[in-house]
Amino acid sequence: MDAEISLRVDGQAHRLTVDTRTTLLDAMRERLGVTSPKKGCDHGQCGACTVLLDGERQLPCLALAVAHDGAEITTADGLAPPGELHPVQQAFLDQDAFQCGYCTPGQVCSAVAVLDEVARGWPSHASTDLTADPELDHDEVSERMSGNLCRCAAYVNIVPAVQQAGGRS
Amino acid sequence: MKPFDYARPGDVAEAVRVATLPGAVFLGGGTNLVDHLKLGVARPDLVVDVRTLTSREVTDTEDGGLRAGAAVTNSELAADRRVRERYPVLAQALLAGATGQLRNTATTGGNPLQRTRCVYFQDVTTPCNKREPGTGCSAIGGTTRNHAVLGASQACIATHPSDMAVALAALDACVQVLGPTGERTVPFTELHRLPGDDPSRDTVLEQGELITAMGLPPLPAARTSAYRKVRDRASYAFALVSVAAVLDVRDGVVQDVRIALGGVAHKPWRATRAEQALRGGPATPDAFAAAAAEELADARPQPGIDGGNGFKVPLVTRTLVATLRDLTAAQEG
Ligand SMILES: Cc1cc2nc3c(=O)[nH]c(=O)nc-3n(C[C@H](O)[C@H](O)[C@H](O)COP(=O)(O)OP(=O)(O)OC[C@H]3O[C@@H](n4cnc5c(N)ncnc54)[C@H](O)[C@@H]3O)c2cc1C
Ligand code: FES
Ligand code: FES
Repeated sequence: MDAEISLRVDGQAHRLTVDTRTTLLDAMRERLGVTSPKKGCDHGQCGACTVLLDGERQLPCLALAVAHDGAEITTADGLAPPGELHPVQQAFLDQDAFQCGYCTPGQVCSAVAVLDEVARGWPSHASTDLTADPELDHDEVSERMSGNLCRCAAYVNIVPAVQQAGGRS
Repeated sequence: MKPFDYARPGDVAEAVRVATLPGAVFLGGGTNLVDHLKLGVARPDLVVDVRTLTSREVTDTEDGGLRAGAAVTNSELAADRRVRERYPVLAQALLAGATGQLRNTATTGGNPLQRTRCVYFQDVTTPCNKREPGTGCSAIGGTTRNHAVLGASQACIATHPSDMAVALAALDACVQVLGPTGERTVPFTELHRLPGDDPSRDTVLEQGELITAMGLPPLPAARTSAYRKVRDRASYAFALVSVAAVLDVRDGVVQDVRIALGGVAHKPWRATRAEQALRGGPATPDAFAAAAAEELADARPQPGIDGGNGFKVPLVTRTLVATLRDLTAAQEG
C-alpha cells in the first residue's frame, strides 16, 4: 500500500509517496538523498541513524515513514547553516572524537539532544539523586551517550567533546 | 516484509473498531513492532497507529495518584517530577531500560506490551510456540541464559523483557483499557499471563483492546522505593535479573513491602510469598535472604548448552537482599 506524506528535513519541505513498509531512514536516504543519517544495524541497536525528530533524538530506522507525515527532522547536516559548524561539531573536531566517522552524524545529533535533556533537568541511570540537576560528569555523559556505538571506539574522546560543547572541560 | 495497510483513525473509539479485525495491530512508538515487522516475527494485515490518538499527559488523580496517558514517552514519564519524587522505582526502571533515543520514542502503552527477547522467538527459522503455536520450543535445551526460572511451562520458557513493567507490578498500577465492548480496568499484575499451554498470548488483552492509560495508586511508601537491574554490561542491555521494591520500615520492623522481580518469568513476577514472609518482621539481611528463599522455593533453573540459567537463583537472592538493605538504610540511617 502506498501513502503520500510530507516531511521537512533540515529546513527543506518534501512531498513523496512511500510504501507503508518504508522506514523514515530509507525514505530520507533512498528517496530524498539525505545520507547524513547512517544505516548501521537497521534494528535500533547502534544509534548511527540518530536524528532530531520533532525536536527529540530518535531512531528513524525503527520509524515507519507513513506514521510521521508532517514531521520536522534535523540531521547532523542541518544543525548549522551551510559552511558553519554547530558547537557540538566543533567540539568533536577539537577533541578528535572520531576515526572513520561512520557513527559521527548520529553521535553529534545525540550529543546535541543530550545537552538539551540535561538543560531540562532530565535524570539518567547514572544520576545518584533523581531530583537534583544533573551534572555533565564522565559517568553521566557516557550513560546518556550509550545508545551510540562507535566501532572505532572513539569513546574516550567523545565524552570530552560532549563536555566541551556543554561548557565543561 | 509482508505488505500491510496503515490506518490512523480519528479517535480511539474508531481505532478500537478498526482493530477488532483479526490481523490488525496497534502501533505505538514502533520500537518493538517495526523491528518485528522487519524480522518477520509480526505479519499484520493492518497497522493501526494510535500514537497521536491516546493522551500524552501525566495527570494527578483525585485519590492522590497519577495517571499516565498511553502516548506519554518513557523519557517524559521518567523525567516527570511527581514520578521522580513519589515513585522513584518507576523512574529508575524506565531509566535503566534501552537508550535515550529509544526512550524518547517508546510509549507507556507500548513498553509493557513489548515481546520477549528470546533469540528463538526472534529467529523465524527456528521452531517457537510463542511465534508459531505447535512448532515446539527451541529454547528448552538450547541457550537459556536469558530464560525463566519461575512459572515456565513445557511449551515456553521465555522471559518478559520490560524494566518498566517490573516497577508497575510492584506499585500495584492499573491498566485502563478500551475495547470493542467498552472500558475496563485491569490490575497490572494480572495483565501478563504465564505461558501454560498457550504462550502465543503474552497478556489477557483481547483483539482490538487498546491501553489508553496507566494508573498509579497513591502509595506514600513508594517514596522509599528502588529498581535494581543486573545485566551483562553497565548500560544498554536487558536485565539478567532485576528487583523493584517498595519498603516501609519503622524501628527495624517491616510495615509494608512490595516486591516484583524481572528477568525470571514470562511476566513481571510479583513476589507475594517474599512480601508475606517479611511483613511485620525484622528488616535484616537474614530476613531478606529468607524471604528470597521462600519466593524461590519453586524455582526451576533451565539446563542449556550455554551452561543454563541456574545462576539466576543466587543472583535474585543477592539482588533482593541488596535492594532491601539499601532501602532500609535510606529510612533508618
Ligand atoms: C536495542 C534495544 C534495546 C532495548 N533495551 C530495553 C531495555 O533494556 N529494557 C526495556 O524495558 N526495554 C528495552 N527495549 C524495548 C523498548 O523499551 C520497547 O521496544 C518499547 O518500550 C516499546 O514501546 P513502543 O511504544 O515503541 O511500542 P510498539 O513497538 O509501538 O508496540 C509494542 C507492542 O505493543 C502494542 N501496542 C502499542 N501501543 C499499544 C496500546 N496503546 N494499546 C495496546 N497495544 C499497544 C503493539 O501492537 C505491539 O505489539 C529495547 C529496545 C531496543 C530496540
Ligand atoms: S541504524 Fe538505526 S539504530 Fe542502527
Ligand atoms: S568513528 Fe568509526 S565508528 Fe565511530
